[in-house]
Amino acid sequence: MGKDHDAASKDLLAAAPRVVNVGLELFAVNLASQGTKVVHVQWSPPAGGDARLADLLDKLRR
Amino acid sequence: MKSIDQANQDALQRMLSGEPVLVDVIPAAQAIPDLKDRMILHAGPPIGWDRMCGPMRGAVMGIAVFEGWAKDLGEAAAQAGTFTFAPNHDFGAVGPMTGMTTKSQPLLVVENKTFGNRAYCAINEGLGKVMRFGGNDAEVLDRLRWMQRVLGPALGRALRETGGIPLKPLIARGLTMGDEMHQRNVACSSLLLRQLAAALARTTKDTGELVECLSFIGRNDQFFLNVAMAMGKALTDPARNIAGSSMVTAMSRNGTDFGIRVSGTGDRWFTAPVEMPVGLYFPGFSERDANPDMGDSAIVETVGLGGFAMAAAPAVVGYVGAGRASDAAAFTRSMSEIVVGHNPAWTIPAMDFAGVPTGIDIRLVVETGLAPTINTGIAHREPGVGQVGAGVVKAPLRCFEQALVAFAETMGVN
Repeated sequence: MGKDHDAASKDLLAAAPRVVNVGLELFAVNLASQGTKVVHVQWSPPAGGDARLADLLDKLRR
Repeated sequence: MKSIDQANQDALQRMLSGEPVLVDVIPAAQAIPDLKDRMILHAGPPIGWDRMCGPMRGAVMGIAVFEGWAKDLGEAAAQAGTFTFAPNHDFGAVGPMTGMTTKSQPLLVVENKTFGNRAYCAINEGLGKVMRFGGNDAEVLDRLRWMQRVLGPALGRALRETGGIPLKPLIARGLTMGDEMHQRNVACSSLLLRQLAAALARTTKDTGELVECLSFIGRNDQFFLNVAMAMGKALTDPARNIAGSSMVTAMSRNGTDFGIRVSGTGDRWFTAPVEMPVGLYFPGFSERDANPDMGDSAIVETVGLGGFAMAAAPAVVGYVGAGRASDAAAFTRSMSEIVVGHNPAWTIPAMDFAGVPTGIDIRLVVETGLAPTINTGIAHREPGVGQVGAGVVKAPLRCFEQALVAFAETMGVN
C-alpha cells in the first residue's frame, strides 16, 4: 500500500499535470491557455450560497 | 403523504399522457364565454395599464380600435382605464408577445383528448409589424379583420372536416426536421399546411379566399407557434394543483414582469422584473430599441420545447444569436439538470434520440442556479413599431426562489 502510494506520488510529480477544476472557470481558462490539460466542472454553492434557501431545500429533501 | 418526488412524477405523467389535437377555430366569445365586451386578455401575469410597457400599450390601443371600442388610437389610449384586463392563463388561453385576446378574434382550439380540457390561442399574424409585437396601424388592423372574416372561419371549417389534427406526432416529426417550436417552426408549419390544404380546398368555396389562406400560411414560418402554444396550455393545465408537486405549470411574461406558476401552489403567480433578451437585431435596430421579454410563449419551454429542445434545432442558435450550432446540445443538456424527467414521445436525433427535458422542478432551479432558457422574439420598446429581433432570455431566478418559499409553506416547512 505504502509502495503504491509512493509510486503514485512520484508519477504525479514527474508527469505533466492533469487538472479537474471545480467552480471558477477562469482558473481552467488560464491553465488551458498555458497548454495544461484541464477539465472544468461547472459548480456553484447550492442556492447560490443563500443559507435560508439552502436550508429549505435540505428540509424539503428529507 | 406522498413525497415531493412522487407528486412530481404524477404531475409529469399527467403532462406526458396528454393527447393534444387541433380541433377547431372559433370566435373568442364562443370559446371563452366569460370574455366580455371591453375585456382584454393579455400575456403574462396580471398587470394594469399604468405598468404596461410600450408594445403592450400599443397592442391594447390597436385591439380597442379593432373591436370598435374606440374610433382611433388616441381615443383608445384615453379610454384605456375603462377596459378590464386579465391574464390569458386565467381563461384557458395563451397569446404570444403582447398576447391580445378579445371577443371577436378567431382562436385556435386545442383539445387534450386524455383529460377533455381545451386551450386557446389567437392565430399567428406573421413576422414584422404585427399586433403581438405592439403594431397597431391600418395594415395591422386590416390583417386582423381579414383573419376574423376569412382565415379563421376557413380554418375552422377545414379542421372540423378533418376531425382534428393530432399534434404530438406532428411535433415529434418537427423535432427531427430542425424545429424547436418557439423560434423555429418552419417544419411544423409546413407539415400542418400539408395536412390542412386538401380540407381547406374542399371547404372554401371562394377560390380567391382559398388562395389567400394558403398563401398566408405558406409564407409564415412561425404559423405553427400559436398552435404549439395552445397545445402547451392544453398539456399543462391537467398538471395544475397537485398537492406536493414542485413542478412548474406556467412561465409567462407581460413585458414588465416575469411570472411562474407551480403545481403545488395552485394558480398563484410568482413574479420578478422581466429580463432583456440577448440576441440579434434586424437591420437598422439595436438593443437600444428593445423591449424586455414578453409573451405567454414560454409555455412551450414549460412542456420541454423551445430553448429546452435547442439541440433539435442547431439553425435556430444562429437566428437567436446564442452561439455556434455546435452549442445547441449544451443548452438542452443544461436544461436536463432542472427537470423532473424526459418526454419519450418527443426525441432529438442529435442527442441519440433522448427525449426533451420536461417538467421544470423549482427545487432544482434554485439549487443549481440554472435558470430556464427561453428562445424569444424581441419587440421594439415603443408602441406601434413591431418586431426588431430575436434572442434568448433567462427566466429570473427570483421567481423560483419566491415559489420555493411558498411551496415549502404548503409542505409545512419553513
